[in-house]
Amino acid sequence: MTLLSIEGVSRRFGNVTALSDVSIDIQQGEFFALLGPSGCGKTTLLRILAGFETPDHGGVRLDGADLLKLAPHKRPVNLMFQSYALFPHMTVAKNVAYGLERENLPRAEIKARVGEVLEKVGLEPMANRRPAQLSGGQQQRVALARAIVKRPRLLLLDEPLSALDKKVRAEMQLELKRLQHEVGITFVVVTHDQEEAMSLADRIAVMDQGRVEQVDAPVTLYDRPRTYFVADFIGANNLFTGAIRGGVFSAEGLGPLPSKATTADGSAALAIRPERVRLTEPTPGMVQGVVVDVSFYGGVSHIAVEVTGLGRKVLAATQGSARITPGTVVGVTWRPEDAVLIAN
Amino acid sequence: MSRGRGSNLARLIFLGPGLIMLTLLAVVPMLLMLSTMFFQRGRFGGVVYEFTTANFSRLFQPLYLNVIQDSLVVAGLVTVLALLIGYPTAYAIAQLPPKWKTIALLAVMLPFWTNFLIRMYAWTILLSGPGLVNEALTGIGLIDKPLELLYNRGTVVVGLLYGYLSLMILPIYSAVERLDPRLREASANLGASPVRTFFSVTLPLTLPSALIGAVLVFVPSFGNFVVPEILGGGKAIMVGNLIRDQFLKARDWPFGATIALVMVVVTVVLLLAQAVVSRRTRSA
Repeated sequence: MTLLSIEGVSRRFGNVTALSDVSIDIQQGEFFALLGPSGCGKTTLLRILAGFETPDHGGVRLDGADLLKLAPHKRPVNLMFQSYALFPHMTVAKNVAYGLERENLPRAEIKARVGEVLEKVGLEPMANRRPAQLSGGQQQRVALARAIVKRPRLLLLDEPLSALDKKVRAEMQLELKRLQHEVGITFVVVTHDQEEAMSLADRIAVMDQGRVEQVDAPVTLYDRPRTYFVADFIGANNLFTGAIRGGVFSAEGLGPLPSKATTADGSAALAIRPERVRLTEPTPGMVQGVVVDVSFYGGVSHIAVEVTGLGRKVLAATQGSARITPGTVVGVTWRPEDAVLIAN
Repeated sequence: MSRGRGSNLARLIFLGPGLIMLTLLAVVPMLLMLSTMFFQRGRFGGVVYEFTTANFSRLFQPLYLNVIQDSLVVAGLVTVLALLIGYPTAYAIAQLPPKWKTIALLAVMLPFWTNFLIRMYAWTILLSGPGLVNEALTGIGLIDKPLELLYNRGTVVVGLLYGYLSLMILPIYSAVERLDPRLREASANLGASPVRTFFSVTLPLTLPSALIGAVLVFVPSFGNFVVPEILGGGKAIMVGNLIRDQFLKARDWPFGATIALVMVVVTVVLLLAQAVVSRRTRSA
């Protein structure tokens, strides 16, 4: 069931197009991520949903009702701010209770729900502290508690984990996911960190320069990118530009490459993941190159091959340690079905 | 928290010149002057160093207590009015686009850079019997004969308010300006109306600065003797006038010092109260 539909939303700031005809449907109970580099418009979209910005064109519907007509404080949407925006003059408990007090709920219920949610995020002992007395991770959990205690239809999270160090971040990712399952609220998270988006979200909208490039599940985004930007942005990839003629993809300066052309003739790009690239004995007609660098990362090794005629390195990944040494001349190939063709 | 001796030394070097100057040139002379309150006035002025408490009992005569009380009322009124006018003004300035902000701030400060006396005399031109305000009012036929706008307590309040309003506006402005706009957004996002947000978030977080403004307005208003003299026509006498008269006209330094002590005590109490409140709001 569609909870939120964003229909053709555009927003300009002077000469800058922050959002250009963005349409996304988000399902009830979904964990949805807006992913893109900084300046791609994802935060503007989030601020439109919260009511802090108004789109120039387009509409937003929540449960079928026009969301844009509601003032920010009347929307059943809560936002967890990137900077947390905790009220510095209130205790943790007061911060969390703030939203419930605005609903004029009975004191006893407020107290019970605040206690419940603080327990859920593991901050009960901190209830009477001020935000300034907490660590970054604890502040982040207060911000989360403050947002979910209202039981919103939709929870927006703006770069929720960006201020945390790597170890705490991994913990919080798990915790966020667990919480989302527990409370059953629809989450929309904005992030520039693709690992975060991939590990958290059911579906991801990849955005660039105010446009939605692709909306798909993480695995599909990784395996079947539909645009050059997505292929380049998500994970490591080897990209070749060229053209499809007669069902065969030819790269500029290299000639035909292994692929199964499904798209019509025309200019196109070919993407092949490093872990799909196979290095073999060079045979005539095959792409050839010289190994220039081998790095061992424990579980995997990355091998950089300087390909003749390309002027760029192709990256290959193998399990475990690589037996190949720099200077070796190798053939670079892959199974045709592993290559992804992207029409321009 | 200890920070090591090096930084303590550095602190002392930086603070030293200022502290020495303040102590030698302000605190010491003031203490010397205040100490005369324990002595008697000489027949022809000057101080006779014989211990007495007469100055204190004189201070509690209704005549002087009334003046002190009047001064507190006037200064309090000025402070409350400055807060009521200054807060919205400061708040509005902080919301302006950057260019207009600069212009508005300049407009607030400009009168402050003009000589205080001249500004007060300017008010007499505005408010006197044949002054601008009366001329205008009779001109448009609102009144038949000039109103007595000058030389009453109201005029003193207006004059002090005009004189010190910028001292209220500036600290509040800087607090509103510094306030993270996301706090207000967070409040709205949690369901608070703009009015609720103002009273629950904006006001409490800018209150310490408003208190600084209140002290900055109250203290000079309380001790002011120029405004009661010029705009009050000497009829609405305040503590400042009393002190001035004791020192310069009656040549009674010991009693002048005794009244001055009242001012020092009031100021210190206010500063302490302000410090306590702002400390409590900042962190618990």
